[in-house]
Amino acid sequence: MSAPASPSASPPPAGRAVIVETLPRVKTDFLPVLLPLGLALAALPLVGNASTWVTLTVAALAMGMMIYLVASGLTLVFGLMDVLNFGHGAFIAIGAYIALTVLGPLSGWVQADSLGLNLSALGLAALAAMIGTGLLGWAFERLIIMPVYGQHLKQILITMGGLIVAEQMIHVIWGGDQKAMALPTALRGAFVFGDIALEKFRLLAVAVGLVVFAVMMLVLNRSKIGLLIRAGVENAEMVEALGYRIRRLFVGVFIVGSGLAGLGGVMWALYRETLTAAIGGDLMVLVFIVIIVGGLGSVGGCFLGSVLVALLANYTAFLVPKVALASNILLMVAILMWRPQGLYPVAKR
Amino acid sequence: MLGSLLSDDLPRSRLLAAALVAIVAALALAPFLFPGAAAINTAAKICIFIVLVASYDLLIGYTGIVSFAHTMFFGIGAYGVGLGLYSFGATWPVLFVGLLVALVAGIALALLIGLMSLRVRAIFFAMITLAVASAFMILATQFSEFTGGEDGRSFKVPELLRPATKFLDAPVLGVDINGRLAAYYLVFASAAALFLLALRIVNSPFGRVLQAIRENDMRAEALGYRVVYFRTVATLIAAAMAVAAGALSALWLRYTGPDTTLSFAIMLDILLMVVIGGMGTMYGAVIGASLFILAQNYLQRLMGLAAEALAGVPVLPHLVHPDRWLLWLGVLFVLSVYYFPSGIVGRLRGRK
Repeated sequence: MSAPASPSASPPPAGRAVIVETLPRVKTDFLPVLLPLGLALAALPLVGNASTWVTLTVAALAMGMMIYLVASGLTLVFGLMDVLNFGHGAFIAIGAYIALTVLGPLSGWVQADSLGLNLSALGLAALAAMIGTGLLGWAFERLIIMPVYGQHLKQILITMGGLIVAEQMIHVIWGGDQKAMALPTALRGAFVFGDIALEKFRLLAVAVGLVVFAVMMLVLNRSKIGLLIRAGVENAEMVEALGYRIRRLFVGVFIVGSGLAGLGGVMWALYRETLTAAIGGDLMVLVFIVIIVGGLGSVGGCFLGSVLVALLANYTAFLVPKVALASNILLMVAILMWRPQGLYPVAKR
Repeated sequence: MLGSLLSDDLPRSRLLAAALVAIVAALALAPFLFPGAAAINTAAKICIFIVLVASYDLLIGYTGIVSFAHTMFFGIGAYGVGLGLYSFGATWPVLFVGLLVALVAGIALALLIGLMSLRVRAIFFAMITLAVASAFMILATQFSEFTGGEDGRSFKVPELLRPATKFLDAPVLGVDINGRLAAYYLVFASAAALFLLALRIVNSPFGRVLQAIRENDMRAEALGYRVVYFRTVATLIAAAMAVAAGALSALWLRYTGPDTTLSFAIMLDILLMVVIGGMGTMYGAVIGASLFILAQNYLQRLMGLAAEALAGVPVLPHLVHPDRWLLWLGVLFVLSVYYFPSGIVGRLRGRK
């Protein structure tokens, strides 16, 4: 941040410290954090069997991380520029297809029974998917969204149109038939502890999600870029008035968000082990629920919402499979009754 | 007379007026002008979609809120009538009770969604409707012992509307005067009445407030109109009309299932029809639905021919494959939102 004041006018360091101390502290709100814990505990007696419960919970956490990967970019983009991208789901499918294309020539690495080779094949595929969807996100922002800033109705329509075109282009390029997305050899199967089975890929997904969340939190809270992004979410005009190019910042966030959606798509396709052009659709419904539950624009709320939604989806899928998605709608209704702006409402919006 | 019938919202363009007259005349005389089961099916589908698109336009074009649950209400109407006739026999009272139940259910659901989302931010509405509609579709396919699941339900309609019912022994102008014809004219007349009702609503003081909200909701609120109330009522009316359209669809098809009423593909079709026809103009619904359904039925064949002609060229045949027609519609959709936000009707009116 540029300091316009001359050295003589700036207060001495001691005085500054005093000012910082007198600032009102932001209240930390831990109440929503208890929700997933409470839900998990409440589900234990209903599921009945501890080992099933652990399996379900880990599966839910893995699913939650994938939802989070997709949702975090979307919620940040909304928070920063007030753009709701209904075409976000296209990046899920495109990321997965790019990974499929990359994994094709690497099939030797994928089939080798070596964790190192497997992970590097997956890493390469995920990297290619993220770069591909990131670039595509950049083009999407340029071509589709830029002309309709500030007009919600047109944004929704245009991004929906973009989603249709992108989905159809997948059909043109990769064909419309369902593709198999095989897991690498070393990631198949499960670790078994007594009668608890933990699937390896789910653990990997949880790890990836946690790493992304940690990095994102560090960047947002401990770096200058993050400071600007958070400031932009609060008040974009003010940040612009201070001389920062909020537009460039926004394009950057959009690219990163698209790339994360691509990564989420790769994980999601591997999780389901099949791939169709409509793969983004199922996930996007959950993503929208998560964003609403978490509070539009809030990354922390988005993480919490992802875990909550995935836990509920997995428990109900086990207990009463027919109403799995409907239970999440009820969750959304309940949370909106409690906090109409979502768990962690972002100021101004 | 014509003025009061159209609520003084005249086409205001000669070309548009000519197109509307042509469409209405073609639909009114469809069984006689275009004999054959396929043509009359297309005509009935156009009638039903005109109502559906007009009710959607009330939301998107006049109130400025985007819903992705319009097919859900369409489906509620179709399932209400269809399951009623399926379970309790093909009689008129069952039909009306089914319609009534569907209307109550649809309006209650719309009220719930509206109160939950419109109270906070209008943009919530788009996301919440998307989620609720997906959940509803999954529920409809999951409870298959009740709804018939993916296969849906085929059922009988009241005797008066069955093809086997003959009103005259000899065909008139080569057309059998039977129950199927009666069913067509029931659909046509109901669609016409509902469309005129929608026209009446958007040209009433209530409709003017909706347009004010679309243009500037803060200002409307400042002028003393409760925006949440008006938005919610608009969604209720639109939902009720969609339920009615669904009931007509069930009556005509004698079948109801997720693919014909609930699927997201139909939601996209409705969006395309509204945008191409012209948002915020009820006549856009007529033009958009007619053009779109004709194109859907006949353009795909043309694309098939083009794909065959281009068989040797790389990539191109895939692009013009009949299954890819949604690609071109998507492109058309994006371009029309940019360059013709008022659609065909807006263009025609602008030309004068």
